[in-house]
Amino acid sequence: MDIVAVEQLTKKYGDFTALDRVSFSVREGEIFGFLGPNGAGKTTTINALTGLVRLTSGSARVAGFDCVRGIKKAQQVMGIVPDESNLYEEFDGFQNLSFCAALYGMPREEREKKAKDLLQQFGLAEAGKRPFRAYSKGMKRKLTVAAGIIHDPKILFLDEPTTGIDVASARQIRQLIQNLNRKGTTIFLTTHYIEEAERLCHRIAFIVRGRIVRIGSLDELMHEVQQDNVIQLTLADGISDLKPSLQESFPDVVVEMAGNKAIRLRSPKPMNLTPVMRFFEGKNLAVYEARMMRPSLEEVFVKITGIELEKMKQEKEGKGKP
Amino acid sequence: MKSWIAFWNILMKDMRNYYLKPPNISWGLVFPVAWTLMFFLKSGTGVDVRELLPGVMSLSILFGTTSVLAVTMTFERRSRSFERLLLAPLDLNFLMLAKTSGAILFGIVNAFVPVLFASFLTNLSGISWVSVLGAVFLIAVTSTLLGLFIAVSVKEIFEAQTFSNFFRFPMIFLCGLFIPVQALPSFLKPLSYVLPLTYGADILKSSINQNGHLGLLVNFLILLGFSMGLFALSIRNVKLKWIS
Repeated sequence: MDIVAVEQLTKKYGDFTALDRVSFSVREGEIFGFLGPNGAGKTTTINALTGLVRLTSGSARVAGFDCVRGIKKAQQVMGIVPDESNLYEEFDGFQNLSFCAALYGMPREEREKKAKDLLQQFGLAEAGKRPFRAYSKGMKRKLTVAAGIIHDPKILFLDEPTTGIDVASARQIRQLIQNLNRKGTTIFLTTHYIEEAERLCHRIAFIVRGRIVRIGSLDELMHEVQQDNVIQLTLADGISDLKPSLQESFPDVVVEMAGNKAIRLRSPKPMNLTPVMRFFEGKNLAVYEARMMRPSLEEVFVKITGIELEKMKQEKEGKGKP
Repeated sequence: MKSWIAFWNILMKDMRNYYLKPPNISWGLVFPVAWTLMFFLKSGTGVDVRELLPGVMSLSILFGTTSVLAVTMTFERRSRSFERLLLAPLDLNFLMLAKTSGAILFGIVNAFVPVLFASFLTNLSGISWVSVLGAVFLIAVTSTLLGLFIAVSVKEIFEAQTFSNFFRFPMIFLCGLFIPVQALPSFLKPLSYVLPLTYGADILKSSINQNGHLGLLVNFLILLGFSMGLFALSIRNVKLKWIS
């Protein structure tokens, strides 16, 4: 069942089109990734779905509620973690969580218990009484995620949750996202970290200049770029003279050398490896590894969008051009 | 009930984070003393404290509420914490009511600081306290909404301060507190009658010194109209500028 359904969503600011007829859906229980460079429309999409911007045209529904007419009902079931922590600097961690719960009408006893539990769960119990302004970037981000789930939302919108924070905190946040998803929360994640999307997301949409250029599961996206099946076999040294006889024995397969110790077999159809293994056994050669070669999501992204990933990361993190 | 939990917590948060901070408390004390002293120095001999009371009360509310609301809202917008409130499942009218309540209360408390000082210096008998309270409340509401109008129109905190003064200083001289409206040049009179403070000040003058020139009922009805109109305008502006 779709928890988010977006049809022909367009958002214009004067002459500038931030989102151009964007359509997609998010299935209940999945981690859906929105991958794209700076200014692609990722945050605008989240803002349109959560009620922070008005749609120019098109429609969007979250949990069955219209994002324009029924936005207040939709907001009850959504949690939002913006790209910059927006909690109150004057409050401590506990007060921030308790206040956020109060915004959803949670009674005092319940919200205080929930705040304590979340501080514990996010490893912030000791920092709970420290003012938010004294938190590190990583701690701030974790508390902001905690604030986003204080009311047990059905869907959590995470806008660049690991950008600009240390490696350990980023790893913890990714772990928290996976745990939340295992407990049934649908996750809508925007990121410019390709490896993050690859590791976390069930389905991914590539968005560039306000348009979705491709959408699918990891397998679907990769299949689109690599039509052939490629298997790499790692053997002992001195196999370069084997190529002609191997090619002769398997005419339907393209044989390529991959260095001194490896051979790649390429075929448009799935390959049966048993005869290949027998071939090497007959030559008295041991096969140490057989690996299905797949393109990385990075290669897929670059091929589909034509955008250099390193440049995209540097732009987002404000490092400028190399 | 759920909405009221949110309302109460927004109000308490603003009270704790902004209105009950030492600089704001000292503002409430220093401002009326400074105004009274200013008139004392101007007269050279002495001042009739009771005569001054409507003016000092009105200006305490006007300066207190517009400053605090415009600055805190701009600050929350800059730090994006206001976004958190917009993302909460609260009706926008209700949310803005919660956000402005703190400033309205701050204005009301500010208004009674000069009354407290005056009670030590002059006889306050014969004052119609019910209409004073009504006027103080409505001046606080209209001034707060003026602060909100300013907050929606600016992006930086310093702009909020500058823009506030653009409205406040002409109001001091046009609302009839220190120069009676009847004594204003005829081309300025229409301007005076479009200011909500003119009607609030007139109620205070009538209630404290029996020298207002418009009827109480007329003043209250017009102020009520201003309050509702400014609230509707503020909501429209928030929708247009902050949910773009």
